Amino acid sequence: MRIDTVLKKYEAKEENLLYILHEIQDGSDNNSLNKKDLEEVAAYVGVPLSRVNGVVSFYSMFSSRPRGKYIIRLCQSPPCFIKGSVNVYEKIKQQLKISEDETTDDGLFTLEFSSCLGVCGLAPAMMINDDVYGNLTEERVVEILNNYRNLED
Amino acid sequence: MATVPKLDVLICGGASCISNHSHDIKDKIFEELKKNGIEDEVRVIETGCMGPCELGPVMLVYPDKVFYQRLKPSDIETIVSDHFVKGRPVEEKVLVSETTRAIIEKGQQDTDFFKKQTKVVLSNCGRIDPENIEEYISENGYAALGSVLTSSTPDEVVETIKKSGLRGRGGGGFPTGRKWEFVKNTTNDQKYVVCNADEGDPGAFMDRSVLEGDPHCIIEGMSIAAYTVGANKGYVYIRAEYPLAIKRLEHAIEEAREYGFLGENIFETDFSFDLEIRIGAGAFVCGEETALIASIEGERGNPRPRPPFPAISGLWGKPTLLNNVETYANIRHIILKGWEWYASIGTETSKGTKVFALSGKIKNTGLIEVPMGTTLRELIFDIGGGVPDGKKFKAVQLGGPSGGCVPEEYLDTPIDYETLIELGAMMGSGGVIVMDEDTCMVNTARFFLDFTKSESCGKCVPCRVGLVQLHALLDKIVKGNGELEDLDKLEKLCYSVKKTSLCGLGQTAPNPVLSTLRYFKDEYLEHIQDHRCRAKVCTNLVTYTIVEDACRSCGICAKNCPVDCISGEKGVPYVINQDICISCGTCYDVCPFDAITTES
Repeated sequence: MRIDTVLKKYEAKEENLLYILHEIQDGSDNNSLNKKDLEEVAAYVGVPLSRVNGVVSFYSMFSSRPRGKYIIRLCQSPPCFIKGSVNVYEKIKQQLKISEDETTDDGLFTLEFSSCLGVCGLAPAMMINDDVYGNLTEERVVEILNNYRNLED
Repeated sequence: MATVPKLDVLICGGASCISNHSHDIKDKIFEELKKNGIEDEVRVIETGCMGPCELGPVMLVYPDKVFYQRLKPSDIETIVSDHFVKGRPVEEKVLVSETTRAIIEKGQQDTDFFKKQTKVVLSNCGRIDPENIEEYISENGYAALGSVLTSSTPDEVVETIKKSGLRGRGGGGFPTGRKWEFVKNTTNDQKYVVCNADEGDPGAFMDRSVLEGDPHCIIEGMSIAAYTVGANKGYVYIRAEYPLAIKRLEHAIEEAREYGFLGENIFETDFSFDLEIRIGAGAFVCGEETALIASIEGERGNPRPRPPFPAISGLWGKPTLLNNVETYANIRHIILKGWEWYASIGTETSKGTKVFALSGKIKNTGLIEVPMGTTLRELIFDIGGGVPDGKKFKAVQLGGPSGGCVPEEYLDTPIDYETLIELGAMMGSGGVIVMDEDTCMVNTARFFLDFTKSESCGKCVPCRVGLVQLHALLDKIVKGNGELEDLDKLEKLCYSVKKTSLCGLGQTAPNPVLSTLRYFKDEYLEHIQDHRCRAKVCTNLVTYTIVEDACRSCGICAKNCPVDCISGEKGVPYVINQDICISCGTCYDVCPFDAITTES
């Protein structure tokens, strides 16, 4: 989506900054915010670029580095930890050959740690983009990742 | 003429059941209904969270109240043909009594999980379609707002809320009525009401479930608050990790506008009020009220010093009333049933009910609501079903990263705001994380510090530097390099961070360390003096080895090892490469011959 289409939807007020950044990032090819976008947003909202950069670097869901098409957010909260999220992490690492905050070479997956996803009843859990997966086991992780890979074929 | 449906089929559409594919179940039901030609006789409704997440996906069939659990799309064909068509519930998928194995015919009310609960906040969750305002209205929805607008003065509402004894459900427990009074008495031409739905506490998911299952009760609670304090504009701040809650609330706000419950001259009075959603972007500290306000304004979520409190100078410097989701959800019930009824539930100092989220090493994970004053034992063992797999209970963690761990000796304490603080824990938002003998308390404390350390916004030194140092000390102990004097250092540093931090995050972050030091000091000492971790969790202190004589070379351990550090071949015992092993314990769990031993 072109950035002006996003900007046009919101009044030029600082309070809309988070919404604007979310929408630009979601519409980007690589799930991230590039410098040019941020400059345009700053000019539109009427704040210095440093302020916009400050916001982007503060919130963990914004990224100024290119990321994969699917963002895996592995829940790092205690219920997930107690139920073995470490093993899930190891399995994802082994499957995708990436660690925290890295992206696979094919640009498909980025692995991130997330604060509580609020599905503690099904710990350990992760989110891939907007979809939640619970009761994870090492086998299920492989199955889920394969489903996403198959979507691409 | 359309036929009146004979059956109401309620399918749980909470985030947990959805992640367990409840949508596939719903699609399959529609398909089967069509095949049997009974689309007009069965009404299918997707509800919010019903509570027992562990049993998901769940489905409740009215009028016979049959409760189906752990459904798979393949079960649906039989359920539709046998139950919906012929009236014979499919027994093997129905919830049965644990003791008698008899089918629970009346559904929810007769099972242990539901019997001990008192549902006020959650009364609509899992019972109505959250995306249909008519269903909310038929449950007396917006009646409280109507009655307040047409027959009560703001002073009377403040009085009612004060007398009800309702206290902030976000964790602090400040009396809600007094907070409303402050904002009401502050003079300004512009005031705001804000709902804190930035439910960041690990292990807490009640706010998400209320927003997903009964979004209109938040709109109604906030509208009543706005009328009382004199605000015409409200914001709900939801974390971006909850896309479904955002979607359902957006829909509810639109419906409320359409029906005239939001907008100009509500109930044909002078009162006008509108509501907007603001979305976070992943920052735990934004649950702190001043940081949340900064984030709504579009800035970094840095906390600000208090005073001035938001009641005097909040959003854009205007008087702002800030309450948590669950607090707002209580309001309409207090108005409709009266403060006397509300004040009759609970303990001397804490009135009403509290929603808790059960998770961790507990049989019935999920969402429950009990009167204040219920004991931890009832919560964990009667409702929660206790610790699974025959393991021994060790501790329960309450209040998230700001709370503490409570050991078995104190399980009979009735829960209220004061008793939990005495125990070194706190109510927090209501996350209850159960830990069994396999949990190492030192490692748990380190885990919480790891969390708060990375979530610290960095504005004030005690929190930014202090938490890193606390974490480093704990890390040293967990790795087996601790010294006795570290314990004193830990304790002293905890108190300095608590006393000198700017906001609630730093002031409470040392609590998990202090409470584990208080109740589980022997585990700290074992780590330091004996280099031993009794839970066999701390990697550096545990080694897994395969007993040659017991190994039958089946290879199951190697196949399941997440780091591929086990090798071997048929006829020869397998071996673990200790340099690569992460001591995760998977091999120990999967070995069918108990050939793997642990040492610490």
